[in-house]
Amino acid sequence: MRHNNLHNNLHNNLRKRSHNRLHRRLGTILLAVTLAALPGLAQAEVNELELSGKVTAELRAFTQDAQFSGQDQDSNLSFSVEPEFYWEWNDGLDSLTFTPFLRIDEHDDERSHGDIRELSWIHVGDDWELRTGIRKVFWGVTEFQHLVDVINQTDNVEDFDGEDKLGQLMVNLSLVRDWGIVDLFLLPGFRERTFPGADGRLRSGLVVDTNRARYQSGAGDKHLDAAVRWSHSVDVYDLGAYWFHGTNRDPILTPVNRNGSLVLSPFYEQMDQFGVDVQATVDSWLWKFEAIWRDSDSDEFLAAQGGFEYTFYGLKDSAADLGVLLEYGWDERDERGGISQNDLFMGGRLTLNDAESSELLAGISHDLDHDSTSLLVEASRRVGDNWKISLDGRFFSSDTPVDPGYAFRQDDHLQLTVERYF
Amino acid sequence: MNPLKKPLNTLLAAAMMATPLLTVSQTALAQSAEEKGLAISKEAKARDEGWGDMQAEMKMVLRNRQGQESTREIRMKSLEVKGDGDKSLTMFDKPRDVKGTNFLSFSHAVGADDQWLYLPALKRVKRIASRNKSGPFMGSEFAYEDLSSFEIEKYTYKYIKDEGCSDGLNCFVVEQYPVDKNSGYTRRQVWMDDQEYRIWKVEFYDRKDSRLKTLEFSGYKQYLDKYWRADLQQVVNHQTGKSTDLIWSNYRFQTGLQDKDFNKNTLKRAR
Repeated sequence: MRHNNLHNNLHNNLRKRSHNRLHRRLGTILLAVTLAALPGLAQAEVNELELSGKVTAELRAFTQDAQFSGQDQDSNLSFSVEPEFYWEWNDGLDSLTFTPFLRIDEHDDERSHGDIRELSWIHVGDDWELRTGIRKVFWGVTEFQHLVDVINQTDNVEDFDGEDKLGQLMVNLSLVRDWGIVDLFLLPGFRERTFPGADGRLRSGLVVDTNRARYQSGAGDKHLDAAVRWSHSVDVYDLGAYWFHGTNRDPILTPVNRNGSLVLSPFYEQMDQFGVDVQATVDSWLWKFEAIWRDSDSDEFLAAQGGFEYTFYGLKDSAADLGVLLEYGWDERDERGGISQNDLFMGGRLTLNDAESSELLAGISHDLDHDSTSLLVEASRRVGDNWKISLDGRFFSSDTPVDPGYAFRQDDHLQLTVERYF
Repeated sequence: MNPLKKPLNTLLAAAMMATPLLTVSQTALAQSAEEKGLAISKEAKARDEGWGDMQAEMKMVLRNRQGQESTREIRMKSLEVKGDGDKSLTMFDKPRDVKGTNFLSFSHAVGADDQWLYLPALKRVKRIASRNKSGPFMGSEFAYEDLSSFEIEKYTYKYIKDEGCSDGLNCFVVEQYPVDKNSGYTRRQVWMDDQEYRIWKVEFYDRKDSRLKTLEFSGYKQYLDKYWRADLQQVVNHQTGKSTDLIWSNYRFQTGLQDKDFNKNTLKRAR
């Protein structure tokens, strides 16, 4: 039962996910965006059409036996495809981007999944632009944690680092003024966070049952969220500040009984969040700071992340650069759920600046309260004109059960990724 | 006719009106090599002013010592800013793994440039340090500083000699000494013809003052009856044997670009 082969996984998931959630959502949004864009399309013929994207093969080899039942695998193979279709018309004043994404995973049904990363229409005015549809938006300046980045839900099955995001439906009006850029957002509908299934590694001890998501708002996952952000560059400073009102992207996970076994049920509260981010770029230094204040029924707290990135250019008169990063994360919640409540992050980035764009990244995060550590090393280079290959090593050490990293302590692995761009 | 004659005559006339004869002869006749180098460079800059805005496409062919090639494709939009460095937006098309990456730069005649990079996978705009002048541009033999806009304040100058160069033209040979301590060069030797002030050749000397690379320009075309642009720039690194060809195409001037086409929104959107 647990050992479905790849074909069955694929079949199940295409049936379960694509045909239900994805398909219905896709239909509605396609219709909405097409209707919105139609007047423009009708006026001027579409004169640019581009297809690009990538196909990725990923192999993970775990160096230790799994910690939890269901995870009986020492290696995992996975494929993903992410094409991007782009049209523009009206001399580029109107454009449409469509970026579907599909992953097939050897073991984890939940990780085999599809998403629309982007399906959006941009209309450009004189000192404004309107962006409508499913999009991704990134806010922030720090490298090891993205505290202020709040618009998109994390696609948590993609990787444990939180860098991958699900597409979010939005209407975003962006105004360019002398005193900065103001972005107004209306965000209809909410995306649930994805979580690894029982078969997946790199998960918590209890499996999150995403079919049992509950919401504080009576509108459930249809709540209309809103946000406003100001950002500006003044001299060496890049500044941003925003307010967000709506569904908290971070669920509260509570154990519930499902047919005699415990699972985690996600509960999504409503929240208000203020955030600021600042970067000062001085000579070879990038000084970075982010902070949020979040208010919900269950909690009210401050959290911050700050540090620097310094680059040694032309190492020993070669073409190579070495960047050194140091950041500190603080969260008022301590044990109440702050992951980076007293954490130190250190990293190095060696770029050879050669024709193959060879790069070596290493990052250590250390929890000063729990004395737990994770180490990530990533080497990558281009091969030929269209291929990229990377080898990552990810290692975890934790002896404190209350530490969130404790669940990963036997999930050390090497990851080989081969990407073909087209 | 010596094109320097005109500015020199102007200088002479102005000086005669303001100062006693003795000083005049010192200014005009005893013009030092430094003053002449500066005057030539100023004239070259003056002749290239007023282009307003420009768009072009560029292809780079990188060759290693064994002759293996890899290519880069880039599109560029630039806006001339009076009294300061230019604004530019660069869009990367190839190699394909960097497609969608865009680069926004506000260069300044004095002080550090402001530079932002847009990373499409993360949808992230990142302000980057502009201190990295001497590093290679996309793994090529061109350094970032070789591709930034020419501003008088970036160098001090010395006229070396006149010498025949491309197609029987006479060239001024002028040495330029970077003011910025982060430059990868002690000096650049520039061959510039005395008719149109076009650069035909540049020899670069590294921090140890040994000859590093030679850049040659060819295929000059004139745009708007005034501005000369080369179709081909070839650089050879004498120390590594690597070379890069930079092939320009589809130059367009005064296309109506404005200040509003160069901000973080256009950086994210540009295709």
